[in-house]
Parts: sequence; C-alpha cells; structure tokens
Amino acid sequence: MSDWRVIPMGEAAVLAECTLADVAMANAQAHALASALAAAFDVLPAIRSVLVRFDPLCNTLDQVIASVNAQIATLDPPDVREGRIIEIPVRYQGPDLSDAAHQLGLSVEALIRLHTAQPWRVLMIGFAPGFPYIGPLPAALTLPRRATPRPAVPAGSVALAAGFTGIYPARLPGGWHLIGQTDLVLFDPQRTPPALLQPGDRVQFIVCCA
Amino acid sequence: MLRVISPGALCTIQDLGRPSYRHIGVPVGGAMDRPACVIANRLVGNPPDAACLEITGPGAMFEVLTPCVVALAGADLGATFRGRALPTWASAHLAHRGELAFEGRRWGARAYLALAGGIDVAPVLGARSTYLPGEFGGLNGRVLRAGDVISAQPARDPARLAGRVWPKPPDYAPQVRLLPFDQPLPAALLAHPWQVSAASNRIGLRLTGPPIKVDAPPALDSFGIFPGVIQLPPDGQPILLTADAQPTGGYPVIAIAIQADLHRVAQVLPGDALYFARTTHGEAVDAWRALHALLALPVEEDEGIALAAAARG
Repeated sequence: MSDWRVIPMGEAAVLAECTLADVAMANAQAHALASALAAAFDVLPAIRSVLVRFDPLCNTLDQVIASVNAQIATLDPPDVREGRIIEIPVRYQGPDLSDAAHQLGLSVEALIRLHTAQPWRVLMIGFAPGFPYIGPLPAALTLPRRATPRPAVPAGSVALAAGFTGIYPARLPGGWHLIGQTDLVLFDPQRTPPALLQPGDRVQFIVCCA
Repeated sequence: MLRVISPGALCTIQDLGRPSYRHIGVPVGGAMDRPACVIANRLVGNPPDAACLEITGPGAMFEVLTPCVVALAGADLGATFRGRALPTWASAHLAHRGELAFEGRRWGARAYLALAGGIDVAPVLGARSTYLPGEFGGLNGRVLRAGDVISAQPARDPARLAGRVWPKPPDYAPQVRLLPFDQPLPAALLAHPWQVSAASNRIGLRLTGPPIKVDAPPALDSFGIFPGVIQLPPDGQPILLTADAQPTGGYPVIAIAIQADLHRVAQVLPGDALYFARTTHGEAVDAWRALHALLALPVEEDEGIALAAAARG
C-alpha cells in the first residue's frame, strides 16, 4: 500500500502528501521526493508533503501525476543523511517557560534539559520568512498552541507548540509558548543566504547564560 | 520622475515577485493583478517583470517632475494629467510638469502605472516588489508616502512609446471559477455572493457570509499553498489567498480559484461582492491558454492619441 496521497490542487498544481505516521520519516520522504522532482517542476516541500506547480500549457495534469507517482515508486527508504548542525544559544527565560513546564508536568530544568538533549531537524520554513518548524519533538515536549495568541512576539523568541519548536525571526503575532530568546538573526533579506536555517538542517539548542 | 503628493489608500512598488525563496518562507508576492502589470509594462516597452506602481483605490496624486512616458492598466481610477483624462490600457507622454491624479473609482480596485524604463529601486532577493509584512523590497519595504520621489531607469527613445494602446484587456467579470480540492466543492461557496471584508489585504480576501461547515476536515500539517487557494478557518468564513500569502499554511483548503481568474480577484475592494462558479479542469486550462494568448498580443499604435499628445506637447 502506498504511503502517499497525490491530489490535484487546481489546474496547475498537485499536492503529494506522505501519510506515514512518523513525522520525521514523512519529512525525509517529502524532501527526497522534492529533490527528485526539482529538475522538472517547481516544488515546495513542507512538513510531510510536496507542492508541485506546473504550467498546464507545458504539461498535462495526468503527465504530472504520473511523474510524481513514478518518482514515489522509486524513492529510497527515508533519507538518513546527517544535515549540517547549527548551534543556537538560548537564554531560557521566556515568559511562558514555567507555565509550559507546568503544563508538561516537568520542572523548568527538565524542560531545558530535554530541549537541549539532542539536535532536532528543520522540517520546514514557513509562517514568516525564516521561521523554522523544528522537530518533531517527543511527547514530553508536545503542547497545544496557547489559547490566546499574542499580538506581538519579539524577534528571537524560542517557542514550543504542536510538537515543534520554532524561533520567531521578526516581531510577529504568535500563539506558541515562549520559552527562551536567542540573539541570532534568523532572517535578513540583505544577507546571503538570507535565512540562517535551511530545511534539512539540524539545530542544537545550547544554554546561554549571558 | 514623479513625486508623491498623496498615496491614496495604498500605493506600493510591485513587479512580478520573487518565486525562488518560498522554501525559506518568502511569498512570491508582486502585483495583485499580474496581467495588468504585464500589459502596463509592455505598453511602454519594458520587460513584463519591470517594477510598476500598484495604486489601490482612489485618492492618489503625483507631481510629474520631469517628462516621462507612462502607461496605465487595470482599474479605472479616473486618472487625469493636468486636468485631462488619461486613458487606461494605453501609454502617454507626460511632457510637462503637472499633476497626475487618480480621483475617482469608476471601476476596479488596483491601477498599475508603468514608467518607461521601469521604476528604479534596488532589487531585494531578486525582485523589486514591496513585501509589506517583511518590510523589504520596493521603497525601503514600505508603502509610498507624500514626498517620496519615484524615478525610472533610463529608457531608449521613450517618446516613441507614447500613444500606444492595448488591443484587448482581460475579462474582469466579477465571477471567479473554482475547482474542488480533495472533496466536492462546498455548495455554500456557490450559493450566494460573498462580501469582501475590511480585514482583506494583499495576503488574502477575507470573505463574509453564512458560515461554511465542512465535515470534519482532516487536521493537516502545514503544506504548500499559493494565490487562488481558498482556506476555511474554524470560524467558517473563507479566505481567498492572494499575492502576499505565505508559501505554506495549515488551514483546511476547500477550493481552488483558477489561475486565469486571479486578476478578477485583484480588482475588488472591501464592501464589494465576489461570486463563485463551478468549473472543470478543461475549462480552467482553456482559460489559462486564452489569457496567455491575450498577453502575447501585439501593442497597437493609436494615431489619435499620439496626435492629441503631440498637439498638447
């Protein structure tokens, strides 16, 4: 049985969604599929899917679906390449830190220890330029979004929600739990490359006491 | 060269956007009405992706500081130069200092003003489009304000570009054709007109009407989206995504507006109504082919306009 659903998305796009329960595996598969299709189509991998856009004057929908299915059929088992590791120093003093620890049934120290215990994968960049969805986090660090989003979250805020950890690249509205702060600049359109993190990178959070 | 006297409701510099940075969360952006932007540019001999002014709603006013050749496309916002009407879908030589005003909203929402040579601002991430939420592109990443000066890059022999007319504007019927996504089109989308809410912007049109309920849409991890996608947030009020929409989103998607109708979406403002209709894949591709052909038409020289311009000159 295939682990993929391939769904037309209008006349000029197809969404291929990996249905594997394991988010890390599904994400690796999505990136592998996107790489395989990138030479022929405009692809955008996300958490567990690939958006394939095409010009319907150059390719028919059936041709594109056939190409996507052909690549899916020859995908190797999930890519276990080690992405480059980026260290992110964090001051774990966010306004939601103790509340998040309480909701998780952890001490603040235990939350920090878990968050810094291993590198996590950048699964996707979205929501805002340079905003990384990092994870997947274990159940012990999984919290729903805050009931009431904040109208403005400061740039550099390190946050938790929905099985991911993220970093706000700019002052933005946000509903994630703010556990810390980094001084690194996540996104600068004048810099090359503009985003500090790329999908596939691994992020190691480290405790910064400064 | 133009100086902004009043920007009106919203005036930004836009081109055809930056398609290559979606994987790091940067939307394509660019002109809301891409065909109008392309046509304005073609009328003054620019490449189709040169930067134009996107003028939203009535009230914008500029002072022409040095002679320039311009073209207007998209909405008819009652443009005048030194008190004389300036036609839409045509180019003109503004040979004197004077006021270029957009005083009334006769039809549409967004007018595109191209300057021969293209507006001269530094590209950011490969484009001159203003991305307001990210505060980059265009003029310092912001809306135009009174006192800003807009200049064009040098154009070769611009006077020959005046008095040209676009032979056939795109079709702007206030109806947007939809294709289903993953499940049948919700009948409620088609049942009545949708009001464009005041919360709409370049990211999306927020539509108000009787709330739509769909049967337990599956929770999805964020996936790739694009202008034309119609999302359904928990309040049941659909959002039709437009130029500055984020490249990924997690709300359930209930329909896709066809690419050939997105310029229609660009020409409505809060308070206007939008109608949806069901279409087929074949019709959508035919409409795209027709729009593509329309944008490839040759520009026509209008001797009447050219003579009138010469007589005024």
